[in-house]
Amino acid sequence: MSSAAKPIEELERVIVRFAGDSGDGMQLVGGRFTDVTAVLGNDLATLPNFPAEIRAPAGTLAGVSSFQIHFASREILTPGDAPNVLVAMNPAALKANVSALERGATIIANEDAFTTRNLAKAGYETNPLEDGSLEAHVVRRIPMTTLTARAVEGMAEVSTRDGMRAKNMFALGLLCWLYDRPTAVAESWLDKKFAANKPALEANLAALRAGWAFGETTELIDHRYTVATAHDVAPGIYRTVNGTTATALGLVAASERSGLSLVLASYPITPASELLHELARHRSAGVRTIQAEDEIAAAGMALGAAFGGALGVTATSGPGMDLKAETIGLAVMLELPMIVIDVQRAGPSTGMPTKTEQSDLLMAMYGRHGESPLPIVCATTPSQCFDAALEAARIAIRYRTPVILLTDLFLANSSEPWLIPDVTKLPAIDPQLARANGSGTFAPYARNADQARPWAIPGIPGLEHRIGGIEKSQPSGGISYDPENHQLMTNQRKAKVAGIEVAALEVDADPDAELLVIGWGSSYGTLRTAVRRIREGGGAIAHAQFRNLNPLPANTGEILRAYPRVLVAEMNDGQLVKLLRSEFLLDLESYAVTQGRPLLAAEMEREMLSRL
Amino acid sequence: MSASGTNGAAKTNGTAEPSGPRVLTKADFQSDAETRWCPGCGDYAVLAAVQGFLPEVGVPPERTVFVSGIGCAGRFSYYMNTYGVHGIHGRAPALASGLAAARPDLSVWVVSGDGDALSIGGNHLIHALRRDVPLKILLFNNRIYGLTKGQVSPTSERGKVTKSTPFGSPDEPFNPVALALGAGATFVARTIDRDKHHLPAMLRAAVAHPGAALIEIYQNCPVYNDGAFDALTEKDTRDDALVMLEHGQPIRFGADGKHGIVRRADGDLEVAEVADVGENALLVHDAHRTDPSLAFALSQIGELDGGATPIGIFRQSPRASDAAARTAELSAARASFTAADLAKLLHGSNTWSVGASGAGAER
Ligand code: SF4
Repeated sequence: MSSAAKPIEELERVIVRFAGDSGDGMQLVGGRFTDVTAVLGNDLATLPNFPAEIRAPAGTLAGVSSFQIHFASREILTPGDAPNVLVAMNPAALKANVSALERGATIIANEDAFTTRNLAKAGYETNPLEDGSLEAHVVRRIPMTTLTARAVEGMAEVSTRDGMRAKNMFALGLLCWLYDRPTAVAESWLDKKFAANKPALEANLAALRAGWAFGETTELIDHRYTVATAHDVAPGIYRTVNGTTATALGLVAASERSGLSLVLASYPITPASELLHELARHRSAGVRTIQAEDEIAAAGMALGAAFGGALGVTATSGPGMDLKAETIGLAVMLELPMIVIDVQRAGPSTGMPTKTEQSDLLMAMYGRHGESPLPIVCATTPSQCFDAALEAARIAIRYRTPVILLTDLFLANSSEPWLIPDVTKLPAIDPQLARANGSGTFAPYARNADQARPWAIPGIPGLEHRIGGIEKSQPSGGISYDPENHQLMTNQRKAKVAGIEVAALEVDADPDAELLVIGWGSSYGTLRTAVRRIREGGGAIAHAQFRNLNPLPANTGEILRAYPRVLVAEMNDGQLVKLLRSEFLLDLESYAVTQGRPLLAAEMEREMLSRL
Repeated sequence: MSASGTNGAAKTNGTAEPSGPRVLTKADFQSDAETRWCPGCGDYAVLAAVQGFLPEVGVPPERTVFVSGIGCAGRFSYYMNTYGVHGIHGRAPALASGLAAARPDLSVWVVSGDGDALSIGGNHLIHALRRDVPLKILLFNNRIYGLTKGQVSPTSERGKVTKSTPFGSPDEPFNPVALALGAGATFVARTIDRDKHHLPAMLRAAVAHPGAALIEIYQNCPVYNDGAFDALTEKDTRDDALVMLEHGQPIRFGADGKHGIVRRADGDLEVAEVADVGENALLVHDAHRTDPSLAFALSQIGELDGGATPIGIFRQSPRASDAAARTAELSAARASFTAADLAKLLHGSNTWSVGASGAGAER
């Protein structure tokens, strides 16, 4: 495709949101637009947003699905707050998303879909494309359905249905033209996807090309834009990953680095199922996945596998965590390595399964009966899920303990470029499995310098031992109801977790900063972006982000005390701030929201400014 | 209880480096933990039978794992000098399934009770059976909750008066054999704690079975449900109450085998007098049938309904499965998975490189 004669303006960053009915293939278009953007070397971040209902009634607000991408020629950290361009495939998509737009933003609407019937389904009394209600925005009305139908017209074997379904590719082609992105990767993706369905392939390619050609020839759009390759990214080889893929790869890496085989047992739940799907594909890495009969069994299978010497993992979301609590408690007692991944979503109960939240922290910390401490790791960005999974495995294996890894729906679904690490530089994890000692006695609860007990896996003569949920005597592991022993074991379990080596908390601080903003997990990008804006405006500020929540980094207290004001920001009702206040007895401020969405840079900038 | 408690630590097997073929004995399977069941509890007999039987299997203690749930039977794993996990209530089949998935080289046993397996852990039991996980499941059925001191269990008979049902249990009991058959179990047997010959015979058959094997063991709880199975064990009643199922043999019981089981014209089974119907009319037991209907019909004959109770193997019909082959494939894949393979996996199919200058280049 040759470039058109229309002028191309260079932009530093752009936010595009594709929105349509859940049957319109918006996630697919978003994914392909991400691919074509990634290969240009832009930095990018994406935010998919889809309805909980698999097939909500077509054309209704409940059925709207959207995909936002933020791409730039410099480092960016979030999918962006307000889109510069909204692609609206129907009236409901417009209605559900128009409030996110700022004045001057462009709306590209599929005007064919703005029928009386569809307008009514979306709750519009008059057509917003005509009634002047969008006058703050630049509106481009494009009959995408008609143009797509025309593009596939006369193609042998292409049904009207194939043609209708390809209109999302028309939108993709148009946006690729508008932002000067060659479509080669999208075309090769289509080649693969529809290898077995030639008519669909032909229809999609024709629609994609028609979209591009429409841009070149239309009088409606007289301008193109480009975003140059990002200049401030580290050299190396990149790919895009979302948090789910990065977590899966991190677990496979932990398996390879430790020499242990990976067993993942899970029960289907939104959004954690994706991890099961992802790992189920990695047979070539020897990954065993089991779809268990329920959440409880999934945890039990992971723990049973761990007893057998595997890297046992279970993954779930919200309600699944409730059900796994009993088994996690057993793992605390058995002191076996196990990884529990909680892809957090909005609760309580079923809550909002397709919306993000960080509200399981206190449950991870305390949600078991008895004194049952365990380490908690969280991931900060989609690609950082890789490191977080490795960190969880390192801690679990070295300290013989269940570890809860907190990610969230936003991380799981969002993607960003990932600098692929050099495998040989990833630290090895030595599982230090117990060996026959020949002495004729084996004490399963003898502890090493890390307070960890031996991991003696079946198969070794002389190490036969029985462990269970009943309190055990130290170090023989026999059943014990002795009061002193229970105190000792309680103390040791606590000391073991408290003594886990974790990296120091890093602070990104201006020398004269008086305000420290602190977050954990997926708010990293938002907080950094807001901090950057504060600095661009001449403000002085400090920012720190937790990756380890239990134990907290050793320098946490020192850092909190170094600033007159500390603001703790999180997507819950103030859970981390509660932990920090009780641990350090400090008067920390809280900014906490539960709206089922990531924190926005603009709101954080406002919160920070109001405290400077 | 004393501080010393029972001992979970390993007892030495004496020969860590055996020279020549190792001869296993009952002692190899006895841990030195002090048994804590009530005097006269049926669990003692089962423990002795299992410990006495295992040497003949030839799997050494270090490759044997007992996974148990909660309840009196749950303590079983502490008394075996094998690897063992005393899990949580009802979850032993889940723990054992994970272990078996990770370690197909091990012999994995599950010890559970009627409350553990059929009430709180019912889901795990039926799914382990459905999946035909190669577990040997011993279901100790005493028809009562023992460890929690005498509440009605899912196998307690209707009308049973217990602490939690002072006016009698209003509920129908589960029939564990029927339940297991309904879940698609490929091996289902029933035996009695005190029967020193029959119990090991059932263990032997279960071990020979490649998939999941469930043995319901009628177990007397002298404290909370004494004599529940007396009719089947006492000299004066057992002949008429106990139906011994033997594959390939006509089903007959009673003194001199005077009773038998026949199939009526409508397909139902019933007890008949051999003198009336003749020997040739008796049903010949076939545990190997792929179709479980006959086994299910036999499971419906029971002393709870006033009839006689069959013991023995109801169903022994191995299911063709590629599970072992799949597992072997995964193990081989894991063994040959190298850092280079990992690097390839991390790269995926769509990469681009950024040079030191920061210039992007399409792959
Ligand atoms: S309560 Fe019953 S089943 Fe439990 S140990 Fe005592 S006798 Fe045995």
